[in-house]
Amino acid sequence: MKGGQRSDAGSAMRLRGLLRKEALQILRDPSAIVIALILPMALLLLFGYGVSLDAKDTPAALVVEVPSPTAMEFAGRFILSRYFTPVVTTSMEEAQDLMRHRRVEAIVRLREDFERKLKDNSTAPIQIIVNGVDANRARQVAGYAAGVWRTWLSLRGLEQGVSSHWPVTLEQRIWFNPEIRSQNYLVPGLLVVIMTLSGSLLTALVMAREWERGTMEALLVTPVRVREIIIGKLAPNYALGMAGLALAVGMAVFLFGVPLRGSLLALAGVSTLFLLTCLGMGLLISVLARNQFVAGQAAILATFLPAFFLSGFIFDLGSTPWLVQAVSKLIAAKYYASAVITLFLAGNVWSIIWPSSLALAVLAGFFLFVAVKKTKKRLE
Amino acid sequence: MSRADLEVRGVSKSFQRSGRSIQALDNVSFSVSRGSVTGLLGPDGAGKTTLIRIAAGLLLPDAGGCSVLGLDAAAESLAVQSRIGYMPQRFGLYEDLSVQENLDLYADLQGVPKTLRPERFEDLSRMTGLGPFVKRLAGRLSGGMKQKLGLACALIKLPELLLLDEPTVGVDPLSRRELWEIVYNLVQERSLTVLLSTAYMDEAQRCEHAVVLYEGRLLGQGPPSEFVEAARNRTFEVQPSGPPRALQARLAGDPKVVDASITTGCVHFVTAKGVQPSALDLPVAAEPREPSFEDGFMILLHQARRAEGTHLEQGAIRRHPGQAGESIIKVRGLERRFGDFYAVQDLSFEVGRGEIFGLLGPNGAGKSTTFRMLCGLLPPTGGRLEVAGYDLRKAPSKARKRIGYMAQKFSQYGQLSVRENLRFFSSAYGLAGKERKDRLAWALNALNLETSADANAGQLPFGVKQRLALACALMHQPEILFLDEPTSGVDPLARRAFWRRITTLSEQGVTIIVTTHFMEEAEYCDRMLIMMRGRLLALGAPDEIRGDAASIEEAFIRLIESRREAA
Repeated sequence: MKGGQRSDAGSAMRLRGLLRKEALQILRDPSAIVIALILPMALLLLFGYGVSLDAKDTPAALVVEVPSPTAMEFAGRFILSRYFTPVVTTSMEEAQDLMRHRRVEAIVRLREDFERKLKDNSTAPIQIIVNGVDANRARQVAGYAAGVWRTWLSLRGLEQGVSSHWPVTLEQRIWFNPEIRSQNYLVPGLLVVIMTLSGSLLTALVMAREWERGTMEALLVTPVRVREIIIGKLAPNYALGMAGLALAVGMAVFLFGVPLRGSLLALAGVSTLFLLTCLGMGLLISVLARNQFVAGQAAILATFLPAFFLSGFIFDLGSTPWLVQAVSKLIAAKYYASAVITLFLAGNVWSIIWPSSLALAVLAGFFLFVAVKKTKKRLE
Repeated sequence: MSRADLEVRGVSKSFQRSGRSIQALDNVSFSVSRGSVTGLLGPDGAGKTTLIRIAAGLLLPDAGGCSVLGLDAAAESLAVQSRIGYMPQRFGLYEDLSVQENLDLYADLQGVPKTLRPERFEDLSRMTGLGPFVKRLAGRLSGGMKQKLGLACALIKLPELLLLDEPTVGVDPLSRRELWEIVYNLVQERSLTVLLSTAYMDEAQRCEHAVVLYEGRLLGQGPPSEFVEAARNRTFEVQPSGPPRALQARLAGDPKVVDASITTGCVHFVTAKGVQPSALDLPVAAEPREPSFEDGFMILLHQARRAEGTHLEQGAIRRHPGQAGESIIKVRGLERRFGDFYAVQDLSFEVGRGEIFGLLGPNGAGKSTTFRMLCGLLPPTGGRLEVAGYDLRKAPSKARKRIGYMAQKFSQYGQLSVRENLRFFSSAYGLAGKERKDRLAWALNALNLETSADANAGQLPFGVKQRLALACALMHQPEILFLDEPTSGVDPLARRAFWRRITTLSEQGVTIIVTTHFMEEAEYCDRMLIMMRGRLLALGAPDEIRGDAASIEEAFIRLIESRREAA
């Protein structure tokens, strides 16, 4: 074809023009930078420092009914524990009162016969009462309290040269997150949310802005092709999204000390697939919503919230009803979350990363294909 | 006969809007020959924009077709788009890009070779006067400059056909004139073909060919002179001894008269077919006058629809006490600063009770800022401001009860019915019980809203929306009515009806402050204030402002040009 080469050159020129325009707009309008870089930082700091699922410094009442030396020794151990900030009292009523007023979350009670029961080796010399409103937390607190008790028992056994009275010694091993730091889990999970934001929200808003300001109409009447418009929007937002990712990974490793055990290259690869899915969803939203407010709402409802709740990063999907699990199979964030958390905490476990990547590639292809098909060079 | 660059053949197009089908274009056919300037005229909602979009390949017609430069606009839109220039209503500029960056972008998109660009840019900046501003962000340009940049972007490749969608809406007369000069130079030098839509009748006369659309139908087409001829021997003017407004209002309501308007202190009117002015019982004898395009247009439109009822029942508005001529608005040394930019500076004037007072000026002159300060929406940073006897800086809410405000944009609730909107706005002004009921009944009757009382406001035609907005502003019987560009985007017929209402209101003692871009409307004002760059440029009655100039517009342009030279 005679015109073939010329039109290719034209295409390259148009694409270059569009890309330069997008880059300039990103630099001049801080909102894109805010969404892609500042928002992830704020979210990371908020979740990294503000929200912790660990039960640290839990307020607890320690009821020592008869302050015998052994009881006081245990109380000392309890006060030293980093899991609790105890209020020591001698009356159970006072402890119950504290519990009712939500001043404490647990009561650890050493009865008057504590010393005797300990010596007799009979069961339950201490009583642990936990506020069960939040069942997960209650279990966690109870577990920590029992842990303090066991530690004290075994240390005491060592000191006194007598073996502890436990017939079986329980030795816990926690894999992948030996310190049980929720940050190790939350921070990689946050990458999912960040990538979703940069991807879908950014493209949806940027396209909607073109409609809102009437520039799309002028753009459509030039010889530009649909694929050029789409590439022009995808490329800069992909770069922004990856920059946000790099920032978040850097903060995760250097600020929060989350181990990165897998390969950086695999992380970049999986992230690319996921980002493309999100960009595709964002473009699809912009086909339907032509003002920034609606596009923003739609992006949050359709991508951000599912990523938050159905990716399995905050709520374990294993314990949800089958319907929720079935729906979550369609959520790209779920695959990305499992791959990212694996890469951070376990390393290159290919048996998880490959299937996730495959699922992401399918979803990315689907959304981008539909977005290109649905974007028309017409006004309706 | 030269070849047609654009041929529209039996184009129909309808849209679905919340379940209703709206016929935007109904079997429209016309052609635009090479090297000519064709004007697409018609009131708001006539289908002008839809037609231009179909020609640009942005919309597909339901029936019929459009051939552009021999190509089918629907099937070969890409090929069409590489040979035309198109400027949408809002210019299509990237406001956070500089002038040069906008030009570069459109040059890239249109595939202008790099080697030709310096020459093209040079050409365009000479034509548009954008040269000194190439580094400025497009968003920081004035309205007139934005429009010229929009035009430059559409012309970047030197298209064969130029489509301009209402290029002169919302732009001051001086900028409008400059735009026309650019277009005509191009037509002469490069034999460019131009199709443009406009609501300004005087611009139609500048076109070689006029196409008149009304509610999607083609009412007529031909050289503007044909439209003018249709009105021959039916156009007259009369100069009454008193203010011309009363006579104009009477004639406009007469079924024997097609149209009546005020120009340079005279009442111009067009009679119905076969009616002589002697049959009209005029106080002074009427002189025949040369017909204009607008007269022909009004005759066409008049045939197409009946004018809406325009009366406002006398006495329905509380006659406000106080002496006619006493000052109801007093402004002394008014100033408004934004950072170190003075939007309004050293402005002093007074408005008498019952006056119609116009606020005029080019874009960015400070009209809107002044207007907002007068209604108490924006606090001044200096000077004194007294409205209805209240100092606006001390008692803005008291003053606000005495004023009604009609915003430029439709600010009623689109999801509520007409009746619900009226009810809401009356309670917002503290009306309740019987009083509210009475005012509601009055508003529905006086502003012809009864038939659409239960329709959702958002779906009403433009003219009805405007009547609703006026009704909402009048519910609490204000002493002063503020109208912000009330007639932009309104067709001449509805505009006339609107002014008749305003005239009636002023006769009942309501003071009216109005901003407008239409210079002919300045003739309806008792006095007017012309602003420029935040300062007062001229203040006086239309006669005084006009001086020896042919029209207010002419006087306005002279004033501004002399000021620009001085600066």
